[in-house]
This record gives sequence, C-alpha cells and structure tokens, in this order.
Amino acid sequence: MVVRSLTGNYAVAYAVKLARVQVVSAYPITPQTTIVEKLSEMIEKGELKAKMVRVESEHSALATVFGAASGGARAFTATSSHGLLYMHEVVWWAAGSRIPLVMAVVARSIGPPWNIHVDHQDIFDQRDTGWIIGVAQENQEVLDMTLQAFRISEDPRVYLPVMVGLDGFILSHTRAPVDVPDQDLVDEWLPPRRQPYVISPETNVVMGNIAPDEVHYLMRYSMHEAMERAKRVIEEVDRSYAEVFGRSYGGLIECYKCDDADILVVITGSWSGDAKHAADRLRSIGINVGVARVRFIRPWPRERLVEIARDKKLVIVFDRAVSMGSLGPLFMEVSSTLYPYGTSLAGVIAGLAGVDVSYEDFERAIKTLVSKLEEQGRLYIPQFWLFPEGFESEEKRLEVARKWL
Amino acid sequence: MTVQPRIVRGEGFFLAPISRPAEGSIGKTGTWRTMRPVVDLEKCTGCYVCWLYCPENTIVKTGDGKVAIDYDYCKGCGVCAEVCPFKAIRMVEEG
Amino acid sequence: MAVNLKALPDKKYIMPGNASCPGCPESMGLRYVKMALGDNVVLVIPAGCSSVIQGIAPRSGINTPILNIVFAAGASAASGLKAAYEMLGKDYHVVVWAGDGGTGDIGFQALSGAAERDEDIIYICVDNEAYMNTGIQRSSLTPYGAWTTTTWTGKKEHKKNVPIILVSHGVKYVATATVGYPTDFIEKLRRASKIKGFRYIHLLAPCPVGWRFDPSLTARIGQLAVKTGLYPLFEYVNGKFRLSPIGRRYKDPKNRLPIIEYLKLQGRYKHLLDKPEEIKKIEEYIENTWHLIDALEKSFSKGGGEKIYKAL
Repeated sequence: MVVRSLTGNYAVAYAVKLARVQVVSAYPITPQTTIVEKLSEMIEKGELKAKMVRVESEHSALATVFGAASGGARAFTATSSHGLLYMHEVVWWAAGSRIPLVMAVVARSIGPPWNIHVDHQDIFDQRDTGWIIGVAQENQEVLDMTLQAFRISEDPRVYLPVMVGLDGFILSHTRAPVDVPDQDLVDEWLPPRRQPYVISPETNVVMGNIAPDEVHYLMRYSMHEAMERAKRVIEEVDRSYAEVFGRSYGGLIECYKCDDADILVVITGSWSGDAKHAADRLRSIGINVGVARVRFIRPWPRERLVEIARDKKLVIVFDRAVSMGSLGPLFMEVSSTLYPYGTSLAGVIAGLAGVDVSYEDFERAIKTLVSKLEEQGRLYIPQFWLFPEGFESEEKRLEVARKWL
Repeated sequence: MTVQPRIVRGEGFFLAPISRPAEGSIGKTGTWRTMRPVVDLEKCTGCYVCWLYCPENTIVKTGDGKVAIDYDYCKGCGVCAEVCPFKAIRMVEEG
Repeated sequence: MAVNLKALPDKKYIMPGNASCPGCPESMGLRYVKMALGDNVVLVIPAGCSSVIQGIAPRSGINTPILNIVFAAGASAASGLKAAYEMLGKDYHVVVWAGDGGTGDIGFQALSGAAERDEDIIYICVDNEAYMNTGIQRSSLTPYGAWTTTTWTGKKEHKKNVPIILVSHGVKYVATATVGYPTDFIEKLRRASKIKGFRYIHLLAPCPVGWRFDPSLTARIGQLAVKTGLYPLFEYVNGKFRLSPIGRRYKDPKNRLPIIEYLKLQGRYKHLLDKPEEIKKIEEYIENTWHLIDALEKSFSKGGGEKIYKAL
C-alpha cells in the first residue's frame, strides 16, 4: 500500500491499472482528459498490459469498449457531459446486452453556453439506462469505487454496467493523498472476469436480433431484478472491501451523523463534504443536522433511505441538477420514496453550472428551511432555487443580468 | 438450442438478448412462394452454379452429383433458374 | 488463386427460413463470407437489412456469431472486439457487415477512424444503394437518377465513391466486388484474410425490392453492372492497383454493353428511359469513372505507386 498525491482522475487511472483492464478506449473531453492520458502513459510504459484504441468520438469509444467486453476482455472508458450525451445510444445498448463494463463519468455541466465546470446534469441524465450509477465524494473514494465497480458489474447476480461519477475539477483535477492498494491484494479480492456470454466462433451466439415484444418485456424485467439484487451486492462489496483494504463508505448511502439527527440533508457528490461541515457547525448552535450521502443513485436505495429518513422532522434534498420543467431529480426520487411516511420535505436546486456552494450557503439554506418548518409545523417545498448572496431578489438578479449584457 | 432463462443462484431470472443460428428464424418461408423451381434431372450436370447463387441455401447437393430443392424454405425467387447454364431449372406456378 | 466451386465448403452459412426478401443479395453475400474465410469469423452488424434478416430471437438466420450494434458504430465495435481477441490471444477474423448507410453516411466517421488507425478488421460494405431496411430512402451511395422514396424524380447527385475514399486513407487493401460474381468475391476475401490491417471490400448488392426488378435477376443485374462498365471491379493491395480479371475487358468501351441494358431492367430507372439526356449523363459518368481507374492504374503501378501510397 502506497500513499500517493493523486487527482481524482489519476485515482481512476490507478484503479483501472489495478483491475488489470485489457482494453481502453476514450475520446478526450475536459475534464476527463487526464484519465486517458495517464492510462496511455501506463500502457506505453508497460505498467498496464492493455490495448488503447484512440477512437475518433465518444460514441465510438463506448462502442469499442463494449465490443471488447462482449469479446471477453475487461474494458474501460471515461467521459463527461457532451461526450456522455453523444454516446447515449450506446449507453442503452450496453446495458441491455447485460455485458459487464465500467465507465468513469467526470461530471460537467451541459451547454450551451460552453461550460467545463461541475454540475450533475450529465450523470442524472443517464438514470433510466440500466447502468448502476455511483457518485464519489473524494479522491480516495473515487479509486475505491472504481475498483469495486468491476466486482459489482461482473457479479453474476448483477451483470449490468457501472458508471462511476466524480465531480469535474473539484475532484478530477485536485490532488489529495490517496492510498493505492497493493496489486496482489487486489488480485486476490477482484475475481477474474465473468460475463454471461462471449461472442466468439466457439459459442456461435448472436446478440441483439429482434425478439418478440413479450420476450423483450421479460428482458427488461430481468434487468429490473438484477438492479434489485445489485443493492445487496453493493453492500456486500463494500463490506468485503473494508475487510481487505480497511475502508468502508456505508454501502448505498453514507450516513453522516444521521442516526440522532432531526434534520436530514440528502445529497450526492463532492459538495457533500461542505454539507457535512455545515451540519457540524449547525449542531454547535443546536440544530441537529445529519447528512445522508447517496453513493449510488442507481439502483435507487429506497429501503435504506426509508430506514434512515422516515422519522426525521425535515428532509432537505440538495440537487446539483434539475429536470427542467419539473423538480430536482434527487428530490423526485426522495419524495416518491418518503411519500408514505409523510415526512416534511424540501428540495433545493443549487450549484448548477459550476456555481460554488460553500458551507455557509448550506448553513443559510438549512437555517431558512428550518425556521419555515418551525413556523408552519409541516413543510413541503418541492423546489427552492438557492442563489448566492446578492442574487436573492428578482431586482438583484435583473441588475446582474443587465450589467452582464 | 435453447437460450436462457436460467435461475441465478436461486434468486430469480436472467434473460439476455441472445440467439443461436437455427432454421426457420422467421418461420416456414416456403409458404411465401408463388412460383416454385423444378429441376430437370436429365439436363442437370451437377455444376452447382445454382447452389452457389441460391440466397437461401435451400438448394442442396444430393449425393449423386445433382441438386434438390428444400421446398419447406425455398422462397421461389427464381435466381437458380436464371443462372443455370443448362436451363435445367424451370419456374412453375405454385398451387 | 482461382476458386474451385466444387471445393467450396457446403455448410449452411445462411439458415433457411430467414427473413430476407426472395432474391436478396445480402443473404447471398453472407454465404460467401464464410465460404471464403472458414469458421473463424465473427460478424459485427450495424443496423440494416442484415439485422432483420437474422429473424426472430431466440433463433438467428445467419450461421455466424454476430454482435449486432447501433447504426453508427460498426467499425468501432469491431475495433474493440478485435482488440479483445488480441489481448486474449485469439486469432479470429472480425468482419463488419454494414450497408451503404452504415458505411457511407451514419457510419462514415467510425469507418474513417478505424481505417486511419489501420484496425485489423475486414470491413464489407454490402451496397444496395439506398436505406433499404427503412423503406428505400436515398443514401449518399444511391446512384444518379435512381428513384427512391426520398428522390421521387431521381437522385440529383452522383454516387459517393467510398472505395476511392478508402484508397486515399492509405489502407492496405481495398476491393470492389458484386454478388453477380461470387467466386471473384470469395477470391478477394481470401486474399484479404491473409493481410493484417484494415481491409475494405465494397460489395454491390442489387436489391429486387428497392431497385424494382424481378427477384430472379439479382445475380444477372450484378453482372450487368460490371459488363456495362458502370461498376469496375478492382483490387488495391499495398499500393498496387489492378483491375480484376473478370472485369478487365470492360476497360475498353467497345467491350461494354450499352448502359440501357442495365437500366431497362430496373423499375427505379423507369422514368429515365425516355430521357436520352439523362442516359447520356450516366454514360458520361461511366467514361469519367474509367478515366479515374486509368489514372489510378497508372499512378499505382510498380514503383510510383509505393511513393503515393506512403504519402496517404
């Protein structure tokens, strides 16, 4: 075990190397680029025995690693934002084929206008596809989650591809000390690749030709069942990883001081760290805040969330994305999960387009909502757009817009 | 050549979009015909040009140097009749 | 390396009872792929007629392992599949079987990328000159004057010359073939299979439904395309360009059949038959094509060819 100073992107690259990936293919897009650059270096220096296919687009990148995976190799790609949208068709195709695969998504907002900073629109846009979607908070977790992704994806109870999300620039380009596990330990812990079938002259199978509607429906149901089983597999993998490597994150949801909390924040991504800090500060002035950091948005950890959140006085969801024309996607999941329990709910939209949200912003928002709760006794605020100080009123916003124009 | 579903460690159901090569993947295509090819075994020299061109692989080489038609699946396109160098195949109305 | 018809393997490479139309050239072509390459073949099939020809799961009408893939990703999925086999120490032929849409239009980018990277795959464009699977809409490989459901008065542009585009990608092997001459196609496949790197074969596939002719004429029309000089058969190998023996004589205009022999058999050219100026345009196109072939032959002959090839 070596502790290195790694950016989130390099953490991904080291995990891919430890997993002994055999085929890598990706197309550069900020802020994913250094993942692939590092992997190229590792391959060319002989540190990783793999083939790098330098394709001409993201659509081709995912098609290439998918092709490689269906041929029997462990394969990997990474992308962001527009690249992820470009390969969206292949994202569905890969999931439906039930071939295990791992992809890193460096979260970045979607244009126009062009913007390379973080928000979660690109990741949440993939919810329906059938991929297992994990989102990390910090670089150590990025490495651990990426390693775990291979084991989760290749588990016969799952056989679904896994996306590992990390925030653009905040994690991808910022260095932190990361414990890089030993290769021999990883070799013991991560079994050799398994997949439900291989395309080869020996098996003579055909993947994907037309099926009767009822059978296709059953195939979809089979994916659904696999997603349900995946919840257990993710928890198992988290525990097994802790036994061997000494680190656990709590499985599907990381529960930060949430057992005795009155107010629960539900959130995902790197800004969870700021939310946790705000929670600590609020506790010191008597507001009992806890943070439920959702690590896997798919499969949605419904049962675990109910366990944690059902009896809280108020659940505040922070969304770094919005389903335009409706609510924040995380809020929609949480509210439909907690509906039977009548919990007070608030959905905050913040941090879109890379706008920084500090722990003070979190504090302010939570305090405002808590006082509203005290006034009204019960609360249901499905959408509350959080603006930085100075932007709260309509006039102020118009002023800013006019000045900018 | 059955394909899954199978039970995964007693926990349910796995069905992937997998197929295997088999005859009749759309049914008995012989029913599509309006004309059928008939081989005149006297004229047939066993050159196998018809076998080469048949899009359906429904012309079979018989053991004795001639050809026969698999009428279960022959779609009656008529390519065999058209390419036979000896005009040994006639297209006859079905029915 | 002539092909002995009697020595060709007699296995069922196309399964009877598949979903192709009667007289389908794609079914014909698929039989020849395995006849030429043997059993060590894996097909990658982007969306197109051949996706549907496989019939309904759990059966497949094509007797090869197939990775069906989304429309634009034929060449890239094949690149990945080949990379996997290389890493696993397997020596299989990975063959892309794409239509003209999946090659010249939506799949063009991936094709160009794979060719530029010299991926070790065989790419076969089975060209039925329109988006047949979705209902005969025009593609960039639809020829001048042809009726399609999106060019009711005939296509105004000439056919995109994809084989020549691949030549200028500097790949090791480019060939044209047609289902009208299966032994020529098989020979080319066999030669290609012995080369490492990106290999491209353009297979002209006359479609009875889209071209509007009697299904029995599929092979005949493929041959006529060559005999009228409209579709030159050539092979470009490691910088050397040569016309194929079967089609060589049609270099001389005196040996060519009049183009009307080809056009009059196809309903998609019906509206041209009484327009001599249009037919003249097609005749000019044939002339111009042979000028291009002539130039390629001269440039890519012994000596000079290698230098040009290395510049591509």
